[in-house]
Amino acid sequence: MSLPLVFKVDSIRQDSPNLKTYVFKHNIRAKSGQFLMVWLPGHDEVPMSIGWQTKEEFHVGIADAGDCTHAIHENIKVGDKLGFRGPYGTSFDYKDVDHLICVGGGYGTPPMLNLAQRATELGKKVTVIQGARSADYLLYEDLFNQLGVELLVSTDDGSKGHHGYNTDVLEEHLSKIDRSENVCIYTCGPEVMMVKVAQIAEKNELKCQVSLERYMKCGFGICGQCCMDDSGIRICKDGPIISGEYALEHPEFGKYTRGQSGKVEK
Amino acid sequence: MNLNVNFCGIQFPNPTVLASGYLGVTGASLANCTSKGAGGVTSKTLLMKERTGHANPTILTFPGGVINAVGLSGEGIGNAKHEFEKYRELAPENPIIGSVGGHDIDEIVEVAQIMDEYPVDMLELNFSCPNVEGEMGKPIACDPLITAQATKAVRQVTKKPITVKLSPNVPDIGLVAKHAEANGADAITAVNTMGPGMVIDIQMRRPILTNKVGGVSGHAIKPIAVRCVWDIYRSVKIPIIATGGVINGRDALEMMMAGGSLLGIGSAIVYHDLKCFDMITDKIRAFMEEEGLNDISELVGLAHEEGFDRDKL
Ligand SMILES: Cc1cc2nc3c(=O)[nH]c(=O)nc-3n(C[C@H](O)[C@H](O)[C@H](O)COP(=O)(O)OP(=O)(O)OC[C@H]3O[C@@H](n4cnc5c(N)ncnc54)[C@H](O)[C@@H]3O)c2cc1C
Ligand SMILES: Cc1cc2nc3c(=O)[nH]c(=O)nc-3n(C[C@H](O)[C@H](O)[C@H](O)COP(=O)(O)O)c2cc1C
Ligand code: FES
Repeated sequence: MSLPLVFKVDSIRQDSPNLKTYVFKHNIRAKSGQFLMVWLPGHDEVPMSIGWQTKEEFHVGIADAGDCTHAIHENIKVGDKLGFRGPYGTSFDYKDVDHLICVGGGYGTPPMLNLAQRATELGKKVTVIQGARSADYLLYEDLFNQLGVELLVSTDDGSKGHHGYNTDVLEEHLSKIDRSENVCIYTCGPEVMMVKVAQIAEKNELKCQVSLERYMKCGFGICGQCCMDDSGIRICKDGPIISGEYALEHPEFGKYTRGQSGKVEK
Repeated sequence: MNLNVNFCGIQFPNPTVLASGYLGVTGASLANCTSKGAGGVTSKTLLMKERTGHANPTILTFPGGVINAVGLSGEGIGNAKHEFEKYRELAPENPIIGSVGGHDIDEIVEVAQIMDEYPVDMLELNFSCPNVEGEMGKPIACDPLITAQATKAVRQVTKKPITVKLSPNVPDIGLVAKHAEANGADAITAVNTMGPGMVIDIQMRRPILTNKVGGVSGHAIKPIAVRCVWDIYRSVKIPIIATGGVINGRDALEMMMAGGSLLGIGSAIVYHDLKCFDMITDKIRAFMEEEGLNDISELVGLAHEEGFDRDKL
């Protein structure tokens, strides 16, 4: 059954100039990397990853990216209700991994936070490499620090950390890691960044998992709106998490997506 | 044992056909379904212009079924050629039915003319979508005479087989089928979604679908779909793609006994994902073995009384 559950906003964090994190008191029981369809009545319903998650609460970090997300930022206050379907989709696999390297950018950071949280609970080593346009846009430094993970940052304008791309930081970091451990790279963010991360992983013969984003309607694998060429896999059901190697086999990865009508958009 | 279905001269390796609007936005997605066992596929209904459809939420499941108000989103027939070519490249062996829609008969004819040029084996005329009534009015299939006119108009622009997709929301579906047959339809697809229906969220105190209403499908409508197929089987001689709530092998056998030659498969994917095609085909095979049937065509119409002869209609 996929009818929405409705929760009240317990608190709101302004985490960057364009991203607010909404906190809900509910045990959502999601696996790391899964997403929810977030319903704002009268407007739209949009996919959102689950960020920080405990038995008592879960966080959804929403960037102001268009009509619906803007309306949420403007209208939804503490005590207001949103609807949620899910959790949906595949999840990150970290069972046999000793050292997780999580490469995130922008609103790709919430699932990286969720993954870092699960992995540190199991006592695994976690490095988070986060990129942003400037220091203001870096997300969840307090929560990453609370987890005690290694946090490396880059900014486009050099206002904090490495001046440049987080993929540069990744390459630099890979030259220093202990290859006798089971290492896996995880990434979520702009698709061009994920292509680069997947290629770096391939070049270094390291495993990699990417979190993809396509236009979604049903969220549970029946409408076909979110499918990728040429395999035809559904990003809502066979994804959003797939291996970097498999993602690179798809001619559309990093090249194009389809919008609400199904038409190809570059 | 033969599970191959010859439908209007087109060979389907098994009776399962993906129903229109399910996993039919891209050619690769359609081909993924045949690679998982679908005998053939139907593309998502296309109209002339690109359409975004209704705003989400557009598709929900409730205990017993599915409700949707996708609202005929699509890239527009003119943009979609590459998807049909991609399907042909990836699934050269399995038939594809191109679903044709439109606001009025003129648009339907225009879309059909373009679809006719694409690599599809058959055209399905969607005269029965209930979730665009605000925009397009009552579906064509709600009126036998308009169904007749529309079928006749499309018949003049294509030599490919045509199947007319009917609505269950009519007092006499057999009569509508007769009008389609008399005007050149080679087959009937029955049924499209029922309704429209509505689901309200009591916490939000609002209908959940942004369009408020949507077409209902899935197991909840199966007894109605079976009766529709039964009525059509007794009204016309042309074969039927029996659709509506076929989620397992038992449902499939029931539909074939009511008169379906092929099975439109949609909501089964909600419950059994893409293995639903193999599950249904395997169950039919096992049943035929148990019952000593050699050819799948022997199942068609088996529930009608002995001596009932469609050829005498
Ligand atoms: C699996 C997944 C997880 C996501 N996680 C997050 C997250 O944690 N935080 C976050 O801020 N954003 C996340 N997004 C992106 C988020 O869904 C879009 O930013 C949001 O849908 C924009 O909606 P809008 O109405 O504000 O924008 P619009 O004005 O409608 O469009 C802006 C952009 O958003 C895309 N978009 C709109 N509706 C959808 C839809 N139904 N499905 C997919 N894309 C859509 C459009 O294609 C367009 O590129 C995620 C997307 C996916 C697919
Ligand atoms: C999400 C969704 C989209 C659909 N889109 C179309 C469509 O574009 N054209 C069409 O003829 N039927 C469409 N249908 C109807 C199905 O093809 C089918 O006739 C109906 O759902 C009954 O089958 P089911 O019970 O297996 O779902 C759609 C159904 C669903 C659930
Ligand atoms: S969103 Fe419907 S199949 Fe993925």
